[in-house]
Amino acid sequence: MLYRPKADTIRRRWQNNSHICFFTKPESNLCWVKCTKRIACNKQLHDLQHGQEGMLVWVLFLLCQGVAPALTQDLCQRDAPNGYKVRISLKTALGEDAYEWNQSEMFFFRATMAFAMRRHFQMETYNVDNIILCVQTSRVSFWFVVTSPDNATMLIPKADVEKAVRMARHRINNAFLLSDRTLEFLGIHPTLAAPVNPDTPPWLIVFGVVIGAVCAGIIALLVSSLLQKRRKEKGMTEDGQDEEDMQVKGVENGINLDGTYNRGFTDDDRFTKL
Amino acid sequence: MPEEGMEDNKGREERPKWNNKAEYLLTCIGFAVGVGNVWRFPYLCQIYGGGAFLIPYLIALVFQGLPLLYLELAIGQRLRMGSIGVWNSISPYLGGVGVASMVVSFCVSLFYNTIVAWVLWYLFNSFQDPLPWSQCPLNHNNTGYVKECVESTPVNYFWYRQTLNITPNMETSGSLQWWLVVSLATAWSIIYICFIRGIETIGKAVYVTATFPYLVLTIFLVRALTLPGSSEGLIYLFTPDWEILKNPQVWLDAATQIFFSLSVAFGGLISFSSYNSQKNNCERDAVLVGVINSATSIYASIPIFAILGFKAHTNYVTCLNGNILALTNEFDISDMNITVENYEQWFDSLNGTHPSRVSDLNLKTCDLQTFLDQSASGTGLAFIVFTEAVISMPGSQVWAVLFFIMLFSLGLSSMFGNLEGILTPLHDLKLVPKWMPNELFTAIICLVLFLMALIFCLGSGNYWLEIFNSYVGSVPFLIIAFFEIIAVAYIYGIGRFSDDLEFMTGHRPNIFWKVCWLVISPLMLFVVLVAYVAVQAQTHPTYAAWNPDYVNFPDTEVLPYPDWVFAICVLLSSVPVISIPLVAIYRLICCMSGRHSKGSLHNDPNPYVNEGYVVES
Repeated sequence: MLYRPKADTIRRRWQNNSHICFFTKPESNLCWVKCTKRIACNKQLHDLQHGQEGMLVWVLFLLCQGVAPALTQDLCQRDAPNGYKVRISLKTALGEDAYEWNQSEMFFFRATMAFAMRRHFQMETYNVDNIILCVQTSRVSFWFVVTSPDNATMLIPKADVEKAVRMARHRINNAFLLSDRTLEFLGIHPTLAAPVNPDTPPWLIVFGVVIGAVCAGIIALLVSSLLQKRRKEKGMTEDGQDEEDMQVKGVENGINLDGTYNRGFTDDDRFTKL
Repeated sequence: MPEEGMEDNKGREERPKWNNKAEYLLTCIGFAVGVGNVWRFPYLCQIYGGGAFLIPYLIALVFQGLPLLYLELAIGQRLRMGSIGVWNSISPYLGGVGVASMVVSFCVSLFYNTIVAWVLWYLFNSFQDPLPWSQCPLNHNNTGYVKECVESTPVNYFWYRQTLNITPNMETSGSLQWWLVVSLATAWSIIYICFIRGIETIGKAVYVTATFPYLVLTIFLVRALTLPGSSEGLIYLFTPDWEILKNPQVWLDAATQIFFSLSVAFGGLISFSSYNSQKNNCERDAVLVGVINSATSIYASIPIFAILGFKAHTNYVTCLNGNILALTNEFDISDMNITVENYEQWFDSLNGTHPSRVSDLNLKTCDLQTFLDQSASGTGLAFIVFTEAVISMPGSQVWAVLFFIMLFSLGLSSMFGNLEGILTPLHDLKLVPKWMPNELFTAIICLVLFLMALIFCLGSGNYWLEIFNSYVGSVPFLIIAFFEIIAVAYIYGIGRFSDDLEFMTGHRPNIFWKVCWLVISPLMLFVVLVAYVAVQAQTHPTYAAWNPDYVNFPDTEVLPYPDWVFAICVLLSSVPVISIPLVAIYRLICCMSGRHSKGSLHNDPNPYVNEGYVVES
């Protein structure tokens, strides 16, 4: 993959091979090669310096140094040690109402991140320029790094960025109408929602209602059976006719008799007297 | 005496009576229709080739189920006693059949009401938002979710850990889980309040408990048919696989299912019909109850399988979405470009161009058929599979509450029959002291059953329940039913029985019933019994244990029963039926020792029935 510099740096094609190389940081002496392999270019640089294109190369070198914006690009790279990857799923979150992700949204993101940094460090000096984005894809995903407001070449360490994001996560999500799941900061896990702990478990309340109703029902039914029996007994001792039933059940004068009452011998007076 | 002559033959004292025919029929239907109709029959239908299973099922109903049902209702109605009294009347040597019925009813009541208690626990927990089985709880320091829950599913975790608090194996008993004890106490209290005044209160209760399940099933049917994926579930259920009929296991399971579904040999049906007047057409009742029971099974399987199809569809879509997300993130494709519909094309093209990166993603294979094949029966269906489906339905709380109230009604109405099979014989045996009111006696029995059922509230309770279910709720019934039919057909005599039926229903039983009672049903029962025992004896029994430390967790660990447990299993199968030979031998000894046996039809002289006066109409 080619690293694309700013328009005002010059690319130089070597004559011997098809590598396209340009200087990144003056002190690192590294250069990008077409097949993404980084090689130590000391030898090449030495050859260049002392070769025929020596002068031209030195001009290049100086030009490179002067180009400040190109430097910011090399602060933000894929797999940057102090950067985070952000992944946004607009259609999953918003469906039909999904907005388009364009440069303005990217600006908004940088502004939101600057706000988050301001909030965490309580320094009013963070600005949009301190947030650098790169490696955009159509997913939508990109990498970002945060530079210090005092020194544009110094990056804020990963841990501090994480703290800032965690603190302002809710605001960041709401700014984009997204959630923890659809606006992901890879490496920063969302804090889990605290469990709702009611004072009394709801099931105990339902149980209490049910068992209360059942107990009330049991007591009501038992009491009513008892009352019914008492009423029957009272009714029986007052009414002479029911004496015969008691006799049939083998109770005479309150004493249980053995054997069964023989209904062949009953008191015929029960029947209508002619 | 004119009064006595015109009255029907009453029992020795005023026997309770049903208020009306509807109560009696609803009670019998409620007893027959239980949780097994909802969670066992659909499962059998699914694994045995869908629509094809209906053939052995209906054959078993017609040739085995209906004759047995008619027999029990008829003898109960004619002899007007509970199971012990009835079998003592038919033949003193076979009085053990009644005792066996009672013991088996006792054991079944123990574990069946525990299932009702679990249903109640889930019902109480359905009144929350969000449902407790929809998400994992956080661990102590709130850094993540509980490990056991993450490795399995929230639904499994709620069932095995938060409900049962199950131990890893049977040897570890664990402690009493107080919330289960509380639920069990509630279940037994509700049973008690329905039984307080005997069939008077039961008759009122069954108006609700027997009809409510049908209402809920209809609601679920309408709801389920509107869910996506329901049609796949129904097609899967009912597509007949005719090849399966060649497998004898299918016929065996159909016969046992019909048999246990109709709840014969419990003694409860005999008790219920003994409260009828003798001039009741029990033939029509038997056919009605049998047909309604089977129709309910078939009717219940439709919404169950529509919902299971919906669940499989949801799982399939979730699986695919996981893969889609992985592919989208890896290849930075625009969001929502890969959808469920074009997933296959995208996958093929990406796999063609970057096979190594695609294989590194470890994508899951998502197959709808695999998800549909994940069948479950029993408590697994109700408490794991169905609860998972309910979470995905909008308005989950309502559906959960409806479902568990339905299961509760089904279980409660079956418990009425179970308990009746214990109480009525005890009354008829005159084991109840005269000073004790019925309410107190019922309370004592309920209390004793509750205390004994506390075993199932231990940590290992579920394992014990499975043992009771498999060993008490199977072979003893087959043996009892076999002896029942032999007793009536051969010892009581089919001629005498036909006379009784003519007296009760007004016509003699036709040739179909006679052939069934004499030949077909006993033969079928015998074959089923022998085959069942043979199949069980082939393998050393094992059980599935939930062990979080197991290597393949969340799969259940298959452990063999320890020897002492296996001994208990054998005891559970044999002790109930041991009374049959014991009582026969006891009576023989009494008879041979010359003592005047009390084997006459009626032990005490009955002041109401003097055989000298026959009713002429």
